[in-house]
Amino acid sequence: MATKVHMEALSPTMEEGRLVKWNKHEGDPVKSGDTLAEVETDKAVMELVARADGQLLKVMVPEGTTVPVGNVVAWIGKPGEKVDGDGAAAPAPKSAPAPEPQKRAPSAVRSAPEVAPADVTRVKASPLAKRIAKEVGVDLKLVQGSGPGGRVIKRDLEGAPATPAAPTAPPTYHAPPSGVPYEDVPLTQIRKTIAKRLAASIGPIPHFFLTAEIDMERAAEAREALNTQLGEAGGKISFNDIIIKAVALALVQHRACNAWFQEDHIRYWNEVHIGMAVAIEDGLITPVIRNADMKSLRDIGAESRELAGRARTRRLKPEEYTGATFSVSNLGMFDIDQFTAVINPPESGIVAIGSVVAKAVPDGDRVVVRRRLRLTMSCDHRVIDGATGAVFLKTLKQMLENPLAMLL
Amino acid sequence: MPTLTYRDALNQALREEMQRDPNVVLMGEEVGVYQGAYKVSRGLLEEFGPKRIVDTPIAELGFAGIGVGAAMGGLRPVVEFMTWNFALLALDQIVNSAAKMLYMSGGQIRVPIVFRGPSGAALQLASQHSQAWESWIAHIPGLKVVAPATPADAKGLLKSAIRDNNPVIVLEGEMLYNLKGDVPDGEHIVPIGKAEIKREGSDVTLVCHSKTLTVAQKAADQLAEQNVSAEVLDLRSLRPLDEAAILESVKKTNRAVVVEEGWPHTGIGAQVVDLIQRDAFDDLDAPVQRVTQADVPMPYNKFLERAAKASPEKVVAAARKVLYLDGD
Repeated sequence: MATKVHMEALSPTMEEGRLVKWNKHEGDPVKSGDTLAEVETDKAVMELVARADGQLLKVMVPEGTTVPVGNVVAWIGKPGEKVDGDGAAAPAPKSAPAPEPQKRAPSAVRSAPEVAPADVTRVKASPLAKRIAKEVGVDLKLVQGSGPGGRVIKRDLEGAPATPAAPTAPPTYHAPPSGVPYEDVPLTQIRKTIAKRLAASIGPIPHFFLTAEIDMERAAEAREALNTQLGEAGGKISFNDIIIKAVALALVQHRACNAWFQEDHIRYWNEVHIGMAVAIEDGLITPVIRNADMKSLRDIGAESRELAGRARTRRLKPEEYTGATFSVSNLGMFDIDQFTAVINPPESGIVAIGSVVAKAVPDGDRVVVRRRLRLTMSCDHRVIDGATGAVFLKTLKQMLENPLAMLL
Repeated sequence: MPTLTYRDALNQALREEMQRDPNVVLMGEEVGVYQGAYKVSRGLLEEFGPKRIVDTPIAELGFAGIGVGAAMGGLRPVVEFMTWNFALLALDQIVNSAAKMLYMSGGQIRVPIVFRGPSGAALQLASQHSQAWESWIAHIPGLKVVAPATPADAKGLLKSAIRDNNPVIVLEGEMLYNLKGDVPDGEHIVPIGKAEIKREGSDVTLVCHSKTLTVAQKAADQLAEQNVSAEVLDLRSLRPLDEAAILESVKKTNRAVVVEEGWPHTGIGAQVVDLIQRDAFDDLDAPVQRVTQADVPMPYNKFLERAAKASPEKVVAAARKVLYLDGD
């Protein structure tokens, strides 16, 4: 019997996916594990792989179409095998006409067999698969099981295939032809996700903001000295790396700010994972520097450059942009003096970093020129109170103003 | 290290323990002059004399009872049954006297006795003489039960059994007596209640004991050819069971097949599965499978007998099932 190919949940938050490109076409032989298509999820372009051997009998969804997770997008079976109901009962794709139902012989007048995903209220999964799903935060309802009766087993939850797809060009926008007053650009998956998540944040989360001005003279000197030391060996250290490290170390001392607000509890994290907002074409994403408090500046620098690079080509894996306990957003490179950032729930705080600028500041009875930074922390008042945030910020300020304190 | 047969490893254990402790005596049918139905007691009458190597009449209940009384009186008797199929007649002494005396005397009377002999099927001994007794015996609180699969374990476990202050059942096998293996000289003790990984693997745990170790090892060889890495866990003791070893292995492999000689209903495997489902539930990726003797009296016909026994092929099929290798 032919096997259905479903739109799979390729990221923890994915609810629908846009079929970017079919790598296999009707009639092509396929083996389990082959990449059938590229799918744009809410975060990245991922591969949809075959879960069965045979021939790609029928493609149900044309390229460019967005379909909900769980829908049948293709069939795999033996050459010449009839596809059950030809998928006619599958929900129609959103932005493309439904495929023409196959003409039926009069004897086959009975109703088309159900090809919609199995009952999603009852998930059959091995105990181990349930545990793994809980640990990595995957909704088992969205995973297609390969065990008996569709049971989800360990192998169904194992990571994406090892060979990455050829990079696809990021979406480009053409200048509208002159004389046209406006251009309607459909929302991409990532833009939809940003809209949903940030609206969900600023709405229910009672934000408040704390700003401090920080003297970066000594941090700048330390950075220059370290970079001279590193020399041509490469791996220069940026202000951003120093800030990430300082934030992580300050969070170790102020666990009250390293917390997730959950519906009926607050999860205070003992580990420090720093989300680092990265602007990418058409959006932003926050790759995570895990255990940043325990990493050297050099490692933080190398890791953040590598993650940011892959973020821009949209090749981050879901586990690389989820699970942060606190975030840092830096617009210093855009000559922004100061700004406020929106919290990325369930985290409870984010610090927004402005530019390091030379300023005249009083020093006793004279005026000196010092490099200064304005930093604003956004706090979720359900978790962090004003004084709690203020003492955290004070520690952070001390660390940045006296980078040697980070060695303590 | 010397290579010995399973039979000679048992003989060495008996001899060394009798040399070590004058209270150790051996009794049973044909253990003396005939030197044992399976020659396990070869040379012992000559070395230790008729007071310590005692030939008994064909009266299992009687000499089992004499053994229990001797143990209560301070000796450490080893009672040999020509086969456990004959020990059925002695079960009242084993279950009602040996196993319960310590409890019913309020801890005053110990019964340091060993009941040993071959159990399970050999070749074409028919229904009444081909029975695996471990689930019967291991059911009883107050008894310890060991089922060594190799000559080294046979020596080490029999020595532990003789030194134990409680009744210990040693299940041997007619088909095991000629099995050869390396056996450490002298003081080689295998503690009761300790399983052993006989082969390390990562994909599935094959739990076995006694004769099914060979079955599991052959299955593991076949599975290796199919790129499946099977871990072979030899229980060695059935009561107490080495629960930690079973759980540790299943937590590593996430899948298990339990192999035994006995019948499926209320078998040793059922006990192992009960443990796994309760204490390794969240580590299981598939329901545990069992491979047992067919649920029939053992046929005499050799083809039917072979078909009824646990075999490497049956274990391979069960392993492929827990690995989901053959589809629905």
